[in-house]
Amino acid sequence: MWLLSCLAGWAAVALLIWIAETIFNGASPAISRFGLGFIGSRVWNPNAAGGIGSFGALDFLYGTLVSSFIALLIATPMAIAIAIYLTELAPRAIRRPVAILVELLAAIPSVILGLWGILILGPFLGKHLEPFLKSFLGWIPLFSGTPSPYGMLNAAVILTIMALPIITAITREVFESAPGELKEGSYALGATRWEMVRMVMLPVARPGIVGAVILGLGRAFGEAIAVTQVIGNATQIKASLFAAGGTLAAQIANSYQSANPGLGQASLIYLAAILLVISLIVNVVARLYVRRVRVR
Amino acid sequence: MEGSAIAAAPRVLAAGPGARRRRAVNRLMEAVSTLAAGLAVAVLGLVVVSVVVKAAPAISFRFITTNPQISPFGANTGGIANSIVGSLILVALATAMSVPVAVLIAIYTTEFAGGRIGALIRFALDLLNGVPTIVTGLFVFGILVLGARQSGWAGAIALAIIELPIVARSAQEVLALVPSSLREAGLALGLRRWRIVLRIVLPTALGGLITGSVLGVARVAGETAPLLFTTSTFSNLGLTTSPSQALPNIPITIFGLSESAAPSDHAQAWAASLVLILFVLLLSVVARALHERSRRRIRE
Repeated sequence: MWLLSCLAGWAAVALLIWIAETIFNGASPAISRFGLGFIGSRVWNPNAAGGIGSFGALDFLYGTLVSSFIALLIATPMAIAIAIYLTELAPRAIRRPVAILVELLAAIPSVILGLWGILILGPFLGKHLEPFLKSFLGWIPLFSGTPSPYGMLNAAVILTIMALPIITAITREVFESAPGELKEGSYALGATRWEMVRMVMLPVARPGIVGAVILGLGRAFGEAIAVTQVIGNATQIKASLFAAGGTLAAQIANSYQSANPGLGQASLIYLAAILLVISLIVNVVARLYVRRVRVR
Repeated sequence: MEGSAIAAAPRVLAAGPGARRRRAVNRLMEAVSTLAAGLAVAVLGLVVVSVVVKAAPAISFRFITTNPQISPFGANTGGIANSIVGSLILVALATAMSVPVAVLIAIYTTEFAGGRIGALIRFALDLLNGVPTIVTGLFVFGILVLGARQSGWAGAIALAIIELPIVARSAQEVLALVPSSLREAGLALGLRRWRIVLRIVLPTALGGLITGSVLGVARVAGETAPLLFTTSTFSNLGLTTSPSQALPNIPITIFGLSESAAPSDHAQAWAASLVLILFVLLLSVVARALHERSRRRIRE
């Protein structure tokens, strides 16, 4: 029993190392050919250099960062607001049901969210929201360009929906662990409910919220399917959020069939290696933040 | 925590400088919070209702019980029975592979390992959980598919790797809830540690372990990315039940149909989505209900 469970325990550690080793091994032809310059290169052309191909990650890195950051920009305040509602405002009877409904958002399979993004959200963005944004804020480069159903904005909205339940769940947990005496004390001093939240709960919960946001970021970085369905899959960097783009994960998912064995495939795995490193860093940092709150 | 005195507290502040403004800000923020919660629930409703409404024209008993029949014009006039069967096989295999290992890991970290090693393994599980699923798919592609071919086994193993940390982490939580007085009673009776685990800890925690597994199943049933590289190219329209071949499955079927431009394909994608979302949401809700119950029971 001891031996079996010990083996299983260390197998988990070994599996993690094995994954990293296999990915870096698979990427090695591309790593040795392009080196770290791969990260700063904007070419993605399988037919360049006489059919050998020339590849770089910058466009996808840009798309990954922009789509995820916009998603978090929307999801974070919303998640904090929902957590405030769930811990302070909601009538006791509907607290659990609403919390469960928000968490069920995370249970929607990404391929279905992507389908919804293509057929429902996309047309709405392209026909209504984007022309609206353009007419009011068109002077900002972000909202210039031709409205289109697929692109960065669509991906960002889908990622918002995916990150929201994660951030909400952890923020709510941290809020619930805020010491009751401090809350009561601030009420006794005449604070309104919002002042209590702003001056007691938010400062106490800050590390936990930061951790939650970083975890949400990890989720957004790694999403492949839904993003490749809605982002338009283009190798380009455009200031406009209406334009098509690509992310690391989406590019891997998008070219799974077309990548020819050899350098093309190795470059695709190189993208996965970059994604893996980013995800591991993000997760380590997030866990450290969240753990600090839990320990307290 | 918020007894009646506290709930009434905001009303106490009557005068004072800026009282009106402060109350207005308070009311505004309360409204914003409530709206945000409403919006999140509305999004869930919107997605689910879209799936149900859009699936209505294509969904039927025949849709889930017949295999695809491709008409001369390329549209599927049959159903997705082979994908449903394939998905069930994939998820069953993945669960059969991951749950025993996950429970063993949890037993090791809560019953045997010291604090440091336990923390290290927990950390590894958290990191494993954070590996993007497309990378997991590529990993399995690298070790099993490259040089060979896609297979149900490869897909099931990729899903198992994703399911493992989810089930293990929830199993750890459940085992930690088992009161140590039970273990001590076993020790006092002269039982060996492994017998205590088998006869006392596991039976007490069984409900929670099942819950964690159901949650794991719900999570991987909808995964598409890990299957893309492992079991996504199937030309066979008939029923495939052998995991040594690529197994048709619902997520990949939806993905393929969603990329198509034909409205008839979209209708099929919605109908397949309805089957998947019902399965996943139902499992999630059941797992949550079980979760509450088993926790209460262990604590008692």
